Amino acid sequence: MKILVPLKRVPDPELKTKIKDGAIDLTGATWVVNTFDEYAVEAALRLVENAGDGSRHGEVVVVTIGPDEAAQQLRSALAMGADRALRIGADDKELDAGVVVATLMKVIETEKPDLILMGKQAVDGDNNQVGQMLAGKLKLPQATFAASIELATDKKSVTVAREVDAGVEYKKIPLPAIVTVDLRIISPRAVKNHVTPDSHEYQEGPRYASLKGIMQAKKKPLEHKTLADLGVSQAAVTRQVSVELPPPRAAGRKVESVQELVKKLHDEAKVI
Amino acid sequence: MGNVLAFCEFSEAALRTSARSCVAFARQAAEKHGGQVVILLVGKGAQAAAADAAQYAGKVVVIDDPGLEKYTAEAYAPVVARAASAEQATLVASVASSVGKDLLPRVAGLLDAGMASDVAAILDKNKFRRAILAGNAYSVVEVGSPILCVTARQSEFEAAQPLGSAGEITAGEAGDGDTLGAEIVKVETSKSDRPDLNDADIVVSGGRGMKNGENFKVLEELADLLGAAMGASRAATDAGFVPADWQVGQTGKIVAPNLYIAVAISGAIQHLAGMKGSKTIVAINKDAEAPIFQVADYGLVGTWEQAVPELVAEIKKLKASQT
Ligand SMILES: Cc1cc2nc3c(=O)[nH]c(=O)nc-3n(C[C@H](O)[C@H](O)[C@H](O)COP(=O)(O)OP(=O)(O)OC[C@H]3O[C@@H](n4cnc5c(N)ncnc54)[C@H](O)[C@@H]3O)c2cc1C
Ligand SMILES: Nc1ncnc2c1ncn2[C@@H]1O[C@H](COP(=O)(O)O)[C@@H](O)[C@H]1O
Repeated sequence: MKILVPLKRVPDPELKTKIKDGAIDLTGATWVVNTFDEYAVEAALRLVENAGDGSRHGEVVVVTIGPDEAAQQLRSALAMGADRALRIGADDKELDAGVVVATLMKVIETEKPDLILMGKQAVDGDNNQVGQMLAGKLKLPQATFAASIELATDKKSVTVAREVDAGVEYKKIPLPAIVTVDLRIISPRAVKNHVTPDSHEYQEGPRYASLKGIMQAKKKPLEHKTLADLGVSQAAVTRQVSVELPPPRAAGRKVESVQELVKKLHDEAKVI
Repeated sequence: MGNVLAFCEFSEAALRTSARSCVAFARQAAEKHGGQVVILLVGKGAQAAAADAAQYAGKVVVIDDPGLEKYTAEAYAPVVARAASAEQATLVASVASSVGKDLLPRVAGLLDAGMASDVAAILDKNKFRRAILAGNAYSVVEVGSPILCVTARQSEFEAAQPLGSAGEITAGEAGDGDTLGAEIVKVETSKSDRPDLNDADIVVSGGRGMKNGENFKVLEELADLLGAAMGASRAATDAGFVPADWQVGQTGKIVAPNLYIAVAISGAIQHLAGMKGSKTIVAINKDAEAPIFQVADYGLVGTWEQAVPELVAEIKKLKASQT
C-alpha cells in the first residue's frame, strides 16, 4: 500500500498575527507543518504499520509545493517516519488551490498512490478546498473531515467516519481515493488497519520524532523538482488583495453577581 | 452578465434556515453579476420543498431523483456542475455547511472554477472578504476565473425573506447518479429537540471545567429555559462529555447568536474563532485571568457549580415576573 500525503508549511499558528503593508507580516516567522497535515502523516503511518511488532506494510510519501525552506517541513515528516519526500519548488505567492491541484495531479500520475491522505484545510488560509477539488478533477471518491479511518482487510477500500453537521456519517469508498482528516483522527483508536491489533491504543496526537528518526530522516530520499519539470503551466486565479486585523471587540466588563448579570442581559443587552 | 446558482439544502417541505442565508448571499451576488438567483434543489424528495423555495427566487431548478437519495459529493457534484452550465451561472453558491464545504470545491474542480470559501461579505463581482488564520485576520480575495464557486458563512448572512411572488419551478437533469463506488454505510445523529446550533438565537456552551458529561445537565437546563442550542469546547467534546457535533470553533461550528454563554471555557483562539461574532457574550469562569473574559460583554468570575443554578433560578424569576 502506498499513501501520498501532500503537506503545506504554515506560519506557526500559536504566534500573534502581524500585518504590514496590507499583508501578513512574516518576517521572522517560524514555520511548521500545517496541523492537519501533520495529523495526516500520523494517520498514514498508523495505516501502514503494525504497531504491535513495529513492522511496516506500505510506503508513505510526502509532497509539498513550496519554496526551498519548505524542505524542512518535509524533513519533519520524514523524521516522524515517512519514507520519501518530494518538493516541487514554487513561491507561495504563485499558488492557489487550482495550481496545487494541477501539480498534485502530475505527482499522482507518476506515483500512483492507493490513497491520498491530507489535511482538511491549511490553517493559514483556512480554505478547505484542495482535497475535494483534486478528487473532482481525478474523478476519485472522497471522504472529507475524517474522524476515523478503517482500512478493509483486502486493502481495497476504507470506511471513514466523517464529522458532519448532523452527527457522524460512515462513508465507505473504494481505493484509490482521497481522504482529508479532521482533528479527531489522532485519537488513540481512530485508525484501524487490521494489522495492528485492534486492541492497540495509540498515544493521543501525532508522534514525536525520535532522535533516531531525526538521524534517519537526513538519509531518506528528498527529491526537488520544479513546476516546469512536471509540465504545470497553470497560473493562480485567486489572489489575496489585502489583509487586515479584525475589528477589536470592546473590552469586556465584569459583573459582580448573577442578579446583576440577569438584569444587564434583560435591561441593557435585551437578549433575555 | 450571469446568473447565480444557489445550491440549497432543505428538510422535508422547506428550505433550511442555512439555505436562506445562502439565498441572502446569492441575492447580493446576483446584483453584482447582473443576473438572477436560481435556487437548485437536489435529492430524492426535493420536489416537496420546491414551493417553499419558489418564494425566495425567480427560478427554482429541482432535481428529484431516486438515485440521489443520500448525499454524496461524488454523485451530487456533476449534477450541480451541469445545472451551473444549463442555467448560465457565473457563480455557484452554497452555505459553508458540512455539505457545502464537501461539495463546492469538488464542483469547482469539475467546472475549472476558482473558489472563495466561507466568505463573510461580497465586495464586488469577484471580490470577497473572509476570515483567515482562525479569525485572527480578514483578507480580501479576488477570484479571476470566468465562473466561481463560493461558500458563504451562515452567521454573516441573515436568512432571506420571501419575495412576495412565487418563482418558476422547473425540473433539471439528474444524470447517472454514479457515486464512484462510495457508499454511505450509516449516519449517527444526535437527535435533539433543541434548535440547530447553526441557527440558534442563544447558545449555551460548556468546556473542560464542567468535568464530566453528567454535569452538563445543569447547562442543558439553562439552555432549555432559554430555548437555546447546546455547544461545547473541543476539550469537552474530545473528553467525550458531549457529542462532537456540539463543538464550536475553528474546526467546529462557527456561530453568531444574539447571546452566547460560555461556561468553564478558557477562550483559546480556536474556540473564539467560532463564536466571537456573537452579539452578546457571557462568560462564567472561576479564573479571573481566563482569556474568554477579554471578549465577554459580561464576565462573571465564579464556579459553574454555584453560578449556573443561581442563573437558572434568576431567569425563572424573571420569566415569572413577565407573565
Ligand atoms: C488545530 C486546532 C484546532 C482547534 N479547534 C478548536 C475548536 O474548533 N474549538 C475549540 O473549542 N477548541 C479548539 N481547539 C482546542 C483549543 O486550543 C483549546 O484546547 C480548547 O478550546 C480548550 O477547551 P476548554 O476551554 O474547555 O478547556 P481549558 O482550556 O482547559 O479551560 C477550562 C476552563 O474551565 C475553567 N474552570 C475549571 N473549573 C471550573 C469551575 N468549576 N467553574 C468555572 N470554571 C471552571 C478554567 O478556569 C478554565 O478556564 C483546537 C486546537 C487546535 C490545535
Ligand atoms: N502548497 C501545498 N503543498 C502541498 N499540499 C498542499 C499545499 N497547499 C495545500 N495543500 C494540501 O491541501 C490541504 C487543504 O488545503 P487548503 O485547501 O489550502 O485549505 C492541506 O491540508 C494540504 O494537505
